[in-house]
Amino acid sequence: MDDKKVIVKLENITKNYGEGDILKPTNLEVYEGEFLTFLGPSGCGKTTTLRIIAGFETPTTGTVLLDGEDVTNLPPYKRNVNTVFQSYALFPHMNIYDNVAFGLVEKKVDKKTINEKVTKMLEMVQLGKMGLRKPSQLSGGQKQRVAIARALANDPKVLLLDEPLGALDMKLRKAMQLELKALQKELGITFIYVTHDQEEALTMSDRIVVMNKGVFEQVGTAREIYENPKTKFVADFIGESNIFEAGVVEDNNGIVQLVMENGHVSAFGDGFRKDEIVYVCVRPENVHISLVPADGFTLKGFVKDQVFVGSVMKTIVSLPNGEEVKVNMHPMARPIEKGTLVNIYWDLDKAVVMHTTEDNVYDLIEDSLLMGNPGGKTNEE
Amino acid sequence: MKNKPRKNTRLILVMVGPTALWLLFFLLLPLIYVVYISFMTKGLYGGIQNIFTLKNYTSVVSELYMKVTLKSVKMAFQTSLICLLIGYPFSYLLSKTSKKVSGFLMLLLMLPFWVNGLVRLNGWTNILRDSGFVNTFLLKLGIISKPITMVYTNGAVLFGMVYCLLPFMILPLHTSISKLDNSLVEASMDLGAGKLHTFTRVILPQTLPGIFAGTIQVFIPSIGAFFVADVMGGGSATYLGNLIQAQFLTARNWPLGAAFSVLLIIFTLIILALYSKVGSLDDLA
Repeated sequence: MDDKKVIVKLENITKNYGEGDILKPTNLEVYEGEFLTFLGPSGCGKTTTLRIIAGFETPTTGTVLLDGEDVTNLPPYKRNVNTVFQSYALFPHMNIYDNVAFGLVEKKVDKKTINEKVTKMLEMVQLGKMGLRKPSQLSGGQKQRVAIARALANDPKVLLLDEPLGALDMKLRKAMQLELKALQKELGITFIYVTHDQEEALTMSDRIVVMNKGVFEQVGTAREIYENPKTKFVADFIGESNIFEAGVVEDNNGIVQLVMENGHVSAFGDGFRKDEIVYVCVRPENVHISLVPADGFTLKGFVKDQVFVGSVMKTIVSLPNGEEVKVNMHPMARPIEKGTLVNIYWDLDKAVVMHTTEDNVYDLIEDSLLMGNPGGKTNEE
Repeated sequence: MKNKPRKNTRLILVMVGPTALWLLFFLLLPLIYVVYISFMTKGLYGGIQNIFTLKNYTSVVSELYMKVTLKSVKMAFQTSLICLLIGYPFSYLLSKTSKKVSGFLMLLLMLPFWVNGLVRLNGWTNILRDSGFVNTFLLKLGIISKPITMVYTNGAVLFGMVYCLLPFMILPLHTSISKLDNSLVEASMDLGAGKLHTFTRVILPQTLPGIFAGTIQVFIPSIGAFFVADVMGGGSATYLGNLIQAQFLTARNWPLGAAFSVLLIIFTLIILALYSKVGSLDDLA
């Protein structure tokens, strides 16, 4: 990644509207030609970040660099980025051709060039014959394509897409995801995409920025984020996760031994203090159950439910303290009778141990001490 | 099943019937009567003689009366234009303010309607006349040495027209402008259009229906509003409205008055036809 050119750079961007921060200080480098997605629940500040890059919002503090140039205070019409809006925002009083030509007319490009460019763009999005129609005569998917063609006709350095597929039905949405990704690869333009749909983000993005409450929780590839979540929020938000609270017994040679309320577990990890309260996250497909205990694990539970859903056998194991563990077993695995006592374990590299957020580590320890023998706290050493 | 449509028919009759009858007896029949007498002869002492004639219409197109008609149309154009120039920025700002503020401003706009228009116009003549508030004030300050004649001029009539009809411009404009999708404005700026071009290429075309509706709601009444010309023009300024009123009430020449009324109705119909044509252009709204 180091040799890649940075096209958009956010330096210490914050935003607040007087009542609380929409964006906490954030830094980000977006590389030329990548597909970057802001992913997060509604209200997490992802659209605000996009609008700051587009120029519709001015950050409260910080700078926005576009291709090395400070554009923080430039209005949208002076920035070489274009946006595909959630509502498409096609001009209803213009036909499709004029919509796509809008930006080129503003640039005072000569008619012949406009004609060539618009025709090319419409053909690219497979709407070559629709030029004379009005936006109201198009379907949702077609409007979406026009919006993309209209933005790309200006040869932007960066294309910003604000939940562009949100209004489409499931099937069309899936098709458009692949189409958008193919388009981006073909054109080599940087796409910055906003969505709350994790599957969409995982399907299309080179890198994903997971956002929550105005904070960039984690930036990384789909694989990094899925397999190695840095925070509890990320583990919880992306895919299914088992998240346990545990106390550190020992951090030794990269193997962390942990104690939960109902038994001991282990995982790879580094840099944890003895007695620190941590989160352990394991994906359901990485949890194993067996009748014989595994090395380093003494966690046991009762099989509560098993459902065959085609690709996996979803199994719920209930721990003595009532916590539930989600286990995805191979669909062909032999069903286990309900109520069977089983051992729970996982491969050490498949679980992620993470610090609880700094400021509540001590709260948790304090709580544990007050409550005597709480979950994740050990009296055994 | 068979009963249902019949029931619906009865319901429609009950709901639409009274209005339809009302319109028939108090609008359509009188209108037909007006058209009828416009082709009749004036009686010796003001009555109507049932003798067919086109004389009324030749009078209408005579040079003297055409002048009045043209003057009225010109006044209506001026009124509409001024109302538009004041009303558009006002409505635009109204849509940008908070709901609380815009609601309050709308209330202020409607408030004068609680007082009769004649009373308000007479108030204005008091303020604007030679010995009125404005002139006294300017004289006292020494800005002018003798009173400026403001009332009983064509300018005063124009002022009165704008004053009375401005809300009719603002209401449809406000509806149209507040419906404007802000993402269109953002899209325009995103595509490189500055403020001026965003206005001319996106905002203006998008609010055209409001402009048409407002202009019509101002234009049509301003052609016929006789009381504004009467009060602000002091009877010296003659417009189509006064002319019709005078023919019916003073000159007692009903057929000629009727002919002028027909002229006015034709004007109105032409404008409405134009409007419906423009309004039916798809996707204007």
